[in-house]
Amino acid sequence: MNPFRYERASDASSAVAMLAQVPTGAFLGGGTNLVDLLKLGVTQPDLLVDVARLPYNRIELLPDGGVRIGAMVRNSELAADRTIRTRYPMLSQALLSGASGQLRNLATTGGNLLQRTRCVYFQDVSKPCNKRVPGSGCPAREGYHRNLAILGASEACIATHPSDMAVALVALDAVVRVLGPNGERTIPLTSFHRLPGDDPQRDTVLEHGELITAVDLPPIPFATRSHYRKVRDRASYAFALVSVAVAIEITDGIVSDVRIAFGGVAHVPWRARKAEAVLRGAPATEEVFRRAADDELADAQPLRENAFKVPLARNVLVRTLLDLIQEVN
Amino acid sequence: MISSTQHQVVGKPLDRIDGPKKVTGTATYAYEHAVDEVTYAFPVQSTFVKGLIMSIDARAAQAIPGVIAVLTHENAPRLKIQEGELAVLQSNTVAYRGQFVALVVAETLEVARQGADAVVVRYEEQPHSVVLRAESSDLYKPDHVNPYYETDTASGDVEAALAQAPISIDHTYTTPAEHNNPLEPHATIAKWSSDGVTLYDSNQGSHMIRDKVAQAFGLEPERVRVISPYVGGGFGSKGTTRPHVILSVMAAQVVGRPVKFALARQHMFAVAGYRTPTIQRIRLGADNDGRLRAIAHDVVEQTSTLQEFAEQTAVVTRMMYAAPNRSTTHRLARLDVPTPFWMRAPGECPGMFALESAMDELAIACGLDPIELRIRNEPDLDPETGHPFSSRGLVACLREGAQRFGWQSRNPQPGIHADGRWLIGTGVAASTYPTRRRPSTAIARVDREGRYSVLIDASDIGTGALTVLTQIAADALDVQLERVHLEIGDTLLPRGFLAGGSMGTASWGTAIVEAAHKLRARLQEEHGVIPAGGLEVTGEGGENPEAKRFATYAFGAQFAEARVNRDTGEVRVPRLLGVFAAGRIMNPKTARSQFLGGMTMGLSMALHEESILDPRFGDYVNHDFAEYHIATNADVGTIDVTWIDEDDPHLNPMGAKGIGEIGIVGTAAAIANAVYHATGIRIRDLPITLDKLLS
Repeated sequence: MNPFRYERASDASSAVAMLAQVPTGAFLGGGTNLVDLLKLGVTQPDLLVDVARLPYNRIELLPDGGVRIGAMVRNSELAADRTIRTRYPMLSQALLSGASGQLRNLATTGGNLLQRTRCVYFQDVSKPCNKRVPGSGCPAREGYHRNLAILGASEACIATHPSDMAVALVALDAVVRVLGPNGERTIPLTSFHRLPGDDPQRDTVLEHGELITAVDLPPIPFATRSHYRKVRDRASYAFALVSVAVAIEITDGIVSDVRIAFGGVAHVPWRARKAEAVLRGAPATEEVFRRAADDELADAQPLRENAFKVPLARNVLVRTLLDLIQEVN
Repeated sequence: MISSTQHQVVGKPLDRIDGPKKVTGTATYAYEHAVDEVTYAFPVQSTFVKGLIMSIDARAAQAIPGVIAVLTHENAPRLKIQEGELAVLQSNTVAYRGQFVALVVAETLEVARQGADAVVVRYEEQPHSVVLRAESSDLYKPDHVNPYYETDTASGDVEAALAQAPISIDHTYTTPAEHNNPLEPHATIAKWSSDGVTLYDSNQGSHMIRDKVAQAFGLEPERVRVISPYVGGGFGSKGTTRPHVILSVMAAQVVGRPVKFALARQHMFAVAGYRTPTIQRIRLGADNDGRLRAIAHDVVEQTSTLQEFAEQTAVVTRMMYAAPNRSTTHRLARLDVPTPFWMRAPGECPGMFALESAMDELAIACGLDPIELRIRNEPDLDPETGHPFSSRGLVACLREGAQRFGWQSRNPQPGIHADGRWLIGTGVAASTYPTRRRPSTAIARVDREGRYSVLIDASDIGTGALTVLTQIAADALDVQLERVHLEIGDTLLPRGFLAGGSMGTASWGTAIVEAAHKLRARLQEEHGVIPAGGLEVTGEGGENPEAKRFATYAFGAQFAEARVNRDTGEVRVPRLLGVFAAGRIMNPKTARSQFLGGMTMGLSMALHEESILDPRFGDYVNHDFAEYHIATNADVGTIDVTWIDEDDPHLNPMGAKGIGEIGIVGTAAAIANAVYHATGIRIRDLPITLDKLLS
């Protein structure tokens, strides 16, 4: 743990300007992840710019029928929001399956997206970790990796992204709105988080000094029928071993549209485009659901301890689809 | 047996006397004591497993403003203890990863932590061995197992009986390393003065801490005072002096100011003790009607190179069931790991997971109901000593439990009962724990106004001991509860035994009853008129003389319903039932919490708890609450706790049996047996995680 400077930002542009000058600084939202990492010495910023009180704390309807979620909206507020609960139930379910009531009261929407990936070796500065110390090695690959990635991992890193909320948002094609030193830009959430590749130290494509101001949800009418199903090692308060967010539209027994994302299986919330492609236009039957799951998981590269995640992910996806069509019928 | 003529409170479900203080945050725990000029300590832990420290560079740490001192083996005061876990900073050898190798003392906790990060330690590493293996060639037989049981026992001819038995089973069960994690991590404040040293400390017995500190620093015990009125859980891990206590006293001596030292949660996985992993082979041989001919229980477990701890895992098998041929063995691997130690029901808890799982397997092999199998093997006398049981309520608990749980309608066929995607099964297992007591001393006083006080260095580690002892004192004094004030948790009070081995109530209560009866006798001598200066007497409670003639144990039966998801393997336990025969219950409210807490911890052991060792680094890598899972409220369904009244005159003046540990004994087996019944899959390796059930 190192001493650091703490500043409370009065407005977004001064927050961005303040941080842009300090390459090792960081924004502080709810602090539910950053403060842990500070204590452990995993991250040692010289400056924390507290942005939690910036006025991005509203949930608004957009003219196109979508919804704008302010970056500082707390997870508990978002989960309880009537619009979210009725139009995007899987997002509310995902939020409520994450963390604890106390943590959700603190955690912000923007901060939730920026949680660092998880791995016991990343969190222990007495051990090597490519993410923390580039080039030091990945002990997880040969070590404890029961809860780590089966998809999209690299030789350098097999950590998993911990967010539940992000899994639902990725399935919903959410768009991240960002304010940076060079102005505003938008980033589709599906390309916001990075696969580890050779440089696992970066979890997202965000540049230093860029501040998330909002997350936009497009209108997806059929998302009113959606589920988030999370499987973990205990009934509450644990990271997902596998989770899945699913929204489906059935027309005359045929899947006319579908959104699927997995959590707990990769360095990013994993959009299951292959499974979606199998399903779109196909009959909504268990056999097709199985084929969709198998197609998505064909690329899985499980390790010694986490091979169970492959059948687990398949079973969870198939069962969630079956539960959803039962509801539709 | 104590009895009160008018106001009897023993047996009443009284609220905790200290409850309001605890729930309003006004009960002062060790770390919270306000001490002037206080400093803060943060440790440096070894980052390799075994070898020698070549150098420690503390210059960067010392240069940080606010750092007062950096203690290392090079500058630390010499202790009178030069061996084992407590010889901290006494040499340059390292025996396990995470061992304390330096301590930074600073003006604030944050600076101390920053300083600890800045200390650079260079090591000469030696090859290490940290993995417990049953087939290891250098297992050894300890002289005894905790605390003083014989290591091996044998009677009859087990091998021949097993060979001849029409029905036999032979399985190996394993339990992982598990870490005590009381809500309040270990914490100490040490403060020197001309009188010696005072400690505010979180422990399970202040006198025991006092004696060790006195020994380590070569002090007269009277020059060490330990104050511990409130303790936020211990589960055995605060049952002896841990290294941080010695370090705190040492640091306060060096800096000449009081030192506060609380373990961070991560430290708890290296320096606070843990339950050894066990590898247990159980062989049972039985007649066709289920009557046991032979029981063999062979245990392999670990200890450290620093000092020996040999868990008594198979000891419970010596007294549990009748069989003419029996053998038990314990073998230890001496590994480069922290020393394992007590964790709630050491021995009985892991041992009964194996034995009660094996009994379930035998019942299936015999085609018998598992309750009937146990009843058929109920011994008339303690099989090991030949003594009668002072009371043995196992069969009564099983029968009462069967009724209460709805066991009669159970179809033994596994894997046939389901609710939607959830397979449903039920299981049963027995519980037991020895009933013992140890010498303690109490003072009873009455002042001129008729106010009574009872003084004893007992520990209430969250059990409700303060309340229960006040009830015992009130009845023994034959006065109203409100007139009795109990003082505990301070070495200025008469020595009490520690809160361990489920012996607290029996040990302290016996001394209190002795003192109370003496005080009543003195009052009678004074014809009921209290002299101006009041009256004071001392009562001694010794060992139980009847323990030489009787086998004294509490018993219980635990029932579990398990649900296993067909798609995911997730396990839920919506129902647990525990029925106990544990003597006379002193306070049904606090007793229920003890049983309930034990069973919850047993559920946690069954489904969640596992400390995961990385053999390359030599430490437990899941060393925080995000990764080391303990059951949450959502994992706990309905837990029904009940008991059978027992009137056992052979124990202590209260007729009490200890109840702090029996609740955790058998729970894991009951759940594993229920999981088998739900799925047809037998899990012999704890915890029962979903990957083991996912087909």
